[in-house]
Order: sequence, then structure tokens, then C-alpha cells
Amino acid sequence: MTAKTPEQINADLLRPVFQTSGRFFASVAVLGAIVMAAFGAWAYQMYAGLGVSGLRWPVYWGFYITNFVFWIGLSHAGTLISAILRLANATWRRPVTRCAEVITVFALSIGGMFPLIHLGRPWLAFWLIPYPSERGIWPNFRSPLVWDFFAINTYLIGSVTFLTLPIVPDWAMIRDKASGWRKKVYTVLAMGWRGTPRHWHRLETAMHIMAVAIIPVAVSVHTIVSWDFAMAPVPMWHSTIFGPYFVAGAIFSGIAALIVAMALLRKLLHLENYLTHVHFDNLGKLLLVMTLFWGYFVFAERLTVWYGSGTAETVVLWATQRGPYAPLFWIMVCCNFLIPFPILAIKKLRTITGTVIASLTIVVGMWLERYLIIVPSLARKYLPYSWGTYTPAWPEIMITIGTFAGMVLLYMLFSKVVPIISIWELKAGQHARPEASAAATEQAVAEQG
Amino acid sequence: MAETTKSHKWAMVIDLDRCTGCEACVVACRAENNISTVGEAQAAKSRAKHWIRVERYWEGDFPNARLKFIPVLCQQCDAAPCEPVCPTYASYHNAEGLNGQVYNRCIGTRYCANACPYNVRFFNFFNPEWEKPLHLQLNPEVSVRPVGVMEKCTFCIQRIKAAEIAAKAEKRGVKDGEIAPACVQSCPASAMAFGDVNDPSSAVARLAESNRATKLLEELGTQPKVIYLQRDSWHDGKNA
Repeated sequence: MTAKTPEQINADLLRPVFQTSGRFFASVAVLGAIVMAAFGAWAYQMYAGLGVSGLRWPVYWGFYITNFVFWIGLSHAGTLISAILRLANATWRRPVTRCAEVITVFALSIGGMFPLIHLGRPWLAFWLIPYPSERGIWPNFRSPLVWDFFAINTYLIGSVTFLTLPIVPDWAMIRDKASGWRKKVYTVLAMGWRGTPRHWHRLETAMHIMAVAIIPVAVSVHTIVSWDFAMAPVPMWHSTIFGPYFVAGAIFSGIAALIVAMALLRKLLHLENYLTHVHFDNLGKLLLVMTLFWGYFVFAERLTVWYGSGTAETVVLWATQRGPYAPLFWIMVCCNFLIPFPILAIKKLRTITGTVIASLTIVVGMWLERYLIIVPSLARKYLPYSWGTYTPAWPEIMITIGTFAGMVLLYMLFSKVVPIISIWELKAGQHARPEASAAATEQAVAEQG
Repeated sequence: MAETTKSHKWAMVIDLDRCTGCEACVVACRAENNISTVGEAQAAKSRAKHWIRVERYWEGDFPNARLKFIPVLCQQCDAAPCEPVCPTYASYHNAEGLNGQVYNRCIGTRYCANACPYNVRFFNFFNPEWEKPLHLQLNPEVSVRPVGVMEKCTFCIQRIKAAEIAAKAEKRGVKDGEIAPACVQSCPASAMAFGDVNDPSSAVARLAESNRATKLLEELGTQPKVIYLQRDSWHDGKNA
């Protein structure tokens, strides 16, 4: 990366915070309308009953749980990748970490809504909270859904903390540069940050603790999500491979989402000089590793099921390989492996455009993967008389579209409040000895004001 | 008496060699348990609720085809997959080993139904409706389930409880054959029997010892309390 002057960095990265174009408001209006339509569909579903969805006996989980697993998977972009890159002290990470951490927080919030959306009686969801009641009834701690509740909330609190900590110095900087209402708002947000050596030391320590702590949390979250399926005696769900398979898939789709988000930011916020070929290339390599992992897991899962030839499992296996779900299955294989693998493996193709194309197909493919894990197993469960089908209805489709719009909307609004690239970390990285990070940070900030 | 020392373990025996597939059990169950009908359109969408259903299978090819009926209801498993997965204890194991379903406690995750290998759990996709005067036929002993909750066969727990209370009032044990769930009571072929398998002299205990006895999807380890009798076991080659 070519060195940039601090003034230039400030000017480039603070521009979105201080200036808003008409295009931004138009986009917010459109996305907001889509999100409101999705909320409307949910309200209608609550009023009329879950029957307005396409769910039916015996496929009681469909689009909503697919979206749940998909979004929770995307949330592994962030915190996990950013934590690993921070711990590995990869210097190229500096412009990338915050984009990634934001994905985590918003994808997790969106994903966490789906268990509520899919409930028959969502107004009673608070029964999952262990609170003392006069009836002495507690949640059932044996249920993976209760594990989910705790895992997701832990991860949400952890990732919000992990995202917010390194924002504080940037908020303080905006506070110092702003006037009027912005000054007041950012004074509160900056939480009294003065940039003293003690402040910096505490921030570095806190970041280290969080980076170490968030990794096991992230791994456990998607493992527990996988156990929602693996704990039930349902053909092709009841599998020991599901924990690592889901975690690998989550990181896979997470990196893909991060690359797409970075490409959009790069174009829309004119960050061509900050998010460069290096970042897409490095993340592309990581994505290549995860593509291989994904292919390996799917192969291992399917081969053992085929070789074991259990009666019920075989039925589901063939329903996906060459039965009614085969078209979706093979589209998934193309999207997750056959298309991205050559793009990411061949250096000439691993350009910014190349990695973005690969990432887009992977996002689609991973959504299909979640769908193909959930629906065929429920549709072909043991007794052939009780087999069924599933087609989504319009509220499910509307809500699904709404969550994608919601993700983009939240991301856009966030980039108006927070510089989407960590300014102080970028400056610290340009210091002569960026690896001595805490000291370098202090010095960099002291020099540059 | 057995009742004072050992709890009941209610079980059902269904003789598939006697079952004619008439579905009288299905009708009786619907009347007894206030199971709402969902209408033609919703039924076509696979939203109909059948606490008991008669599964029909063809064995062999024409002209040597054989028709086989299997009434399938909640198997009241001793190791029920539906119970541990419920986050709110709506699906729970009662003291007599029955799989209870507390409608008021159900929040509608539908996880129990997914975990159930027999697909005998049914979800209320809409609020139930009874066109007047059909509401007058509702059984006052059985609660009506609202939208958003799961329901399933209870072994007619209202009849079990009524018989137990009556027996207690008379300071005696429940007699064998005193309790008959609606399906058992209505079976014209006498293919179904109900009773306490902990009582070795009961009809179900004796029938359960039959060499024709088998259990549905027993290999999953669910330990069902519904026992099927049939001459040709559906486990290939295992002829009794």
C-alpha cells in the first residue's frame, strides 16, 4: 500500500460521515420500503397465522430456518476472520477488519430474528429466557433451541463489543473535528476518549482479550446451530460431521459476504486507494481454502451416507443427488465449488472482479446449501406414507428479500455514523514499525493529532 | 394391587392382521378429541390434522399385490425424540410414561414434529373454526387448540384420568379393559387393545408377548408403547 498522508486519510475516510448525497437518501428510501414491506408480511403472518407461509406437514421448517442458518453463517465473516487476522498480526488486515465486524453484528441481528419469525406464537418467545416465575417453570436446558438462544446472545454481545472498542478513537476524532449536533452526539459516543497512553494501553489489552475470546464463541455458535439439526433423529441430519461442517460453511459464506461488501464500499465510497487488489487477493486465497474445505466436507458427508446405505438416509441422499432436489443440489455444487474454484485458484483470474463473481456465486450456493440440508430430510422422513413437499409462499419470499435489503440498509446507515475503515488503525499501520502496535499507535496518534 | 406399588404403563396393541383399513378409528378420534377440520384447500396443502391415520402400503406387484394397512398414531415413546428438543417443556413425559403436550406452554417451534420419526405431530396453522351448529359437538373434556401450537394423540388421556379418578373414589385399581381410547372403542374388527403393560394379566401385556409382536421403527431406539401384531413382519425375512 502506498503511504498516504494523515490529512488525506482523514479527508477520504471521514467524507461519508460528514457529507451525504442525494443518491444515499434515495437508496435508503427504496431499501427502507422493502424492509417495511417485509415487516408488513410478518405482521400479516402473525395476524392470520403461520398458515400464510408455505410450511406444511411434514416440512415444518422451510425458508425461515434456511435464512436463520444462512445469516448466522454470514455473521462468521466478521468477528472470526477479523479476530484471526488481528491475532496473526496480518498488516494488510487494517482496512478490512471493521467492514467484517459490521457484517457480523448486522447478519447476527437479522439471523436472530428468524427463530422469532418462524414461531407459531412469537409473542411468547420470552419463555426461552430463564426467569424466576411463580409457577417455577424454567426453559428446557436439554433443548438445542435453548442452547441457541444463549449462544446467539453471547455472540451478539461479544461481537458488538468487539466492533465498538476500536471505533471509540475514531468517534473521538470525529468529535474533535465536528461542530453543532454532531459534536454533541459524538461526544457521547466517544465516551471521554482522550488518547492518553493509558487509554491506548487499555484499548489494546481489551482488543487482545476480545480477539482471543470471540474465536471459541464464534465456533460454538455455528456448532450449536448445526446441533439444532444433528440432535434430531432425522435422516441426514443426525450426523457427527455437522458441527465442523457448519462452522466451515459459515466461514466460507462469511468471507464471500465480506468480499462483496468490500467491493460495494470500494465503489460507492470511492475507497479504491484503501481496499486494493492486495485485500481481494488475500481474502480470495482464504476463500479458496474454504472452497476446498467445503468440497471436502460435502464429499465426506455424502460418501459415508452412500457407503453406509442406511435405508432412510439413502432415500434422502438420492432425493438430493438425482431426485426432485437434484437441480438445486447441482446448482449449489456449481456455485460453491465448480465456478469459484478455478477463479480463485488461477492467479490471473483472482482479480477484484474475479473474487467478487466467485463470492456472489458462493453466497447463492451457501443459501441453497442451508435449504438443501433442511427441506429434503423433512420431506422424506422414514415412513413413505408421510412424505411431503414444500413450496414457499409470498410472505416467506417477501421476508427473505426484506432481510437482504435490511442488511444493505443497516450497512449504509452504519457507514454514515462510523468511518467504515478504521482510521487510527490505518494510520498506525503506516508507522515505521507497525508490528509494535500499541506503542506505534500512541506515537502515530500523538504525531498526527 | 399393582396400582399402589407400581405406576401404570399404558400401551396399545394393534393387530394388523385384523385391521381392515375402515378408518373408524380416524373418525372416532376426530370426534372425541375436538380435532378441527381445515377445509379442502388447506387439506390439499397437507395441513390436515390426523392424530391417527391409516397408512396404506402395497406389497408385491400385480397380480400378486397385497394391501396392507397400518394405523399410525403417537407411539408414546419411552425414549421420545420430541421431548428433549422442546425449549419450553410443552412436550414432556408424564408420570405414567405418556408423552404429554401442554398446549398452553407451546410456542410453536415445531421442533418436536421434526424430531418425531413417525410424523404424528400436527401444527395449528390457523385458528380452528366450527361452523354452527357443529360447535355443539365439541367434547367438553378436551381443550381446543389455538393457532400456533402443536397437537397430537394423547391416548385419550381424558378417559384415562376419568377412569383412574373413578377407581380411586371406589378405592380399587383400574380394571383391565376399563379404559378404551376412542380409536380402540370404535374398531369394528377388534384390531386394537389398550391397557397397562405393567399388569402382567392385562390383555395388552399378553398380546405384547406374542411372537407376532413388533414395533414401528424400533431400530431408532424410541421404545414405542404401541405394539403392532402381524404374521409377516415388515422386517424382511423375519416370519413368525
